[in-house]
Amino acid sequence: MLRQAQEEIIYQRPNALANVVTHYCPGCTHGTAHRLVAEVIDELGIAGQTIGVTPVGCAVFAYNYFNLDFAEAAHGRAPAMATGIKRMLPDRVVFTYQGDGDMAAIGLAEITHAAARGENITVIFLNNAIYGMTGGQMAPTSLPGQMTTSSPLGRDVETMGLPLRMAEMLAGMPGSAYVVRRSLHNVKEIIRAKKAIRRAFQVQLAGLGFSMVELLSTCPTNWGVSATDAMGWIQTHMLPYYPLGDYVVRPEVEDLK
Amino acid sequence: MTRELLKGNEAMAEAAIRVGLQAYFGYPITPQTELLEHMARRMPELGRVFLQAESEVAVINMVYGAACTGARVMTSSSSPGMSLMMEGISYIAGSDVPCVLIDVMRGGPGLGNIAPSQADYFQIVKGGGHGDYHLIVLAPATVQEAIDLTCLAFDLAEKYRTIAVVLTDGNVGQLMEPAELPPMRPIRKPADQPAPAWALRGADARPKRVVSSIHLLPEEEETFNLKLQARLAEIRQNEVRFTEYALADADYAVVAFGTAGRVSQTAVKQARARGLRVGLFRPISLYPFPEAQLAELASRVKGLLVVEMNSGQMVEDVRLAVNGRAPVKFYGRMGGVVPYPDEVLEAIEKLVAADARAQTALAAPRSA
Repeated sequence: MLRQAQEEIIYQRPNALANVVTHYCPGCTHGTAHRLVAEVIDELGIAGQTIGVTPVGCAVFAYNYFNLDFAEAAHGRAPAMATGIKRMLPDRVVFTYQGDGDMAAIGLAEITHAAARGENITVIFLNNAIYGMTGGQMAPTSLPGQMTTSSPLGRDVETMGLPLRMAEMLAGMPGSAYVVRRSLHNVKEIIRAKKAIRRAFQVQLAGLGFSMVELLSTCPTNWGVSATDAMGWIQTHMLPYYPLGDYVVRPEVEDLK
Repeated sequence: MTRELLKGNEAMAEAAIRVGLQAYFGYPITPQTELLEHMARRMPELGRVFLQAESEVAVINMVYGAACTGARVMTSSSSPGMSLMMEGISYIAGSDVPCVLIDVMRGGPGLGNIAPSQADYFQIVKGGGHGDYHLIVLAPATVQEAIDLTCLAFDLAEKYRTIAVVLTDGNVGQLMEPAELPPMRPIRKPADQPAPAWALRGADARPKRVVSSIHLLPEEEETFNLKLQARLAEIRQNEVRFTEYALADADYAVVAFGTAGRVSQTAVKQARARGLRVGLFRPISLYPFPEAQLAELASRVKGLLVVEMNSGQMVEDVRLAVNGRAPVKFYGRMGGVVPYPDEVLEAIEKLVAADARAQTALAAPRSA
């Protein structure tokens, strides 16, 4: 007698992720980050209560890639816009998804004060050390000596200073409840990144205050390296300047299940 | 209801609260700070949202976010603060979400001063931010009008899904005079209200929604622009507002808005006392501008005098409306100086005298 095979689905597209082709380049980690956010939203069962705010930069069209309500902010202003949404709808989950040009340069005031106020929002911050959408210009996060189209001889720290470390900086804000840095360059770190994203959303659901996950990310196109080499580029170039770790984890966050 | 002695800034704040304002975001700037302070006291006690932001840049984007949820939301500022908001104003105009702004104008350019001015007419009425758009602009001359137009601004903003601005000045903002506030409407929490069909509240048992001002394909952006222009045409058709004083038998008309209109009305009364047949036309909606009414007026008077507290901004719109039907003269004070009625009276007398000279010249026989 034949036994019917019991099939179990163990991996599929998260419901919160739209079934569309993205515009991201081969080797870009935006796709990975999108998927992690969508998986977490599915697992927490909050898709119907979540409102995202997209930035200006490569992730400007992120609203096309999620099955979630979204607002598209002006460059750098996503934390202010998210503040407006969250203050009106405190029982909803509000998150911004921002790049390093958007957040660390033009949006520095908005992110800093959102953190200082302890705004109960979650920020997913992709740091790839360059402006992607405009074609590879120097960002506040570009590394010393990094060649970009606006620092063709390499970032000169004598004239441009040293890169901003956002996780460390926002950790110093009184309203920060959970601020960590993770990376997307290998499977182990991706798994750790997902746990951090989940924890960040849980922090918001528990009303504990500002949460931010910085994700070290690739930009093979503008770094001028292959898709596979880009993962190594994070390890070689970014990790030494941007140490992974937990910069603020309030005691109440530790108690979250 | 009864009339109370009210300060313009506080009266506008309380009027907004009473017609159901759900959130106020602001930043201190003179001469509108009492408005923010009134909100700081009243909004929390009513269980509504008050937030003092780190800058006007943040303020307008908080307003933008709150407006995306379908809430009744506003901010207020004064000229330099409005300049900082222009980016966000353009984004809101490009996203079809409603909100109300109050600009209590002060002297400029630059840091300028804190005295009453009308120098932001171009900035607010013509756009100010990037791209093709107009805001509904309402200009009160009294505290009572400031109350009434604040209430109206919310209805118009929501009707047309646009920004409505109460464009006033430090005089109306700081002035205390008797006025009547609207009755208090019941308080409702944003979550208890039915959401408009575009509002973001989470895609729970419905398809997702996106509020955005980006249309990457030029054809799509043009389609959005055409929709915006069609709505502006509707606004121009339906929402023209103005008031007239002593124009029925007038030979000459003074055209002025807001505080300049109020000063001009005194000057017109004085002119009438001197036997000059002068009247006042005071636009209340600066966008839409009462073009047709001014064109009609110009066809039955011998001349118009535009009075403004700036170097001559609305006068350009008056000249376009009049289109050569009658001479248009201008009298203005700048930098936060409010003209006295006798200055305006003198300008009226000059207009009348110049017209008389012109008539005489026309009537004189030509030399061979």
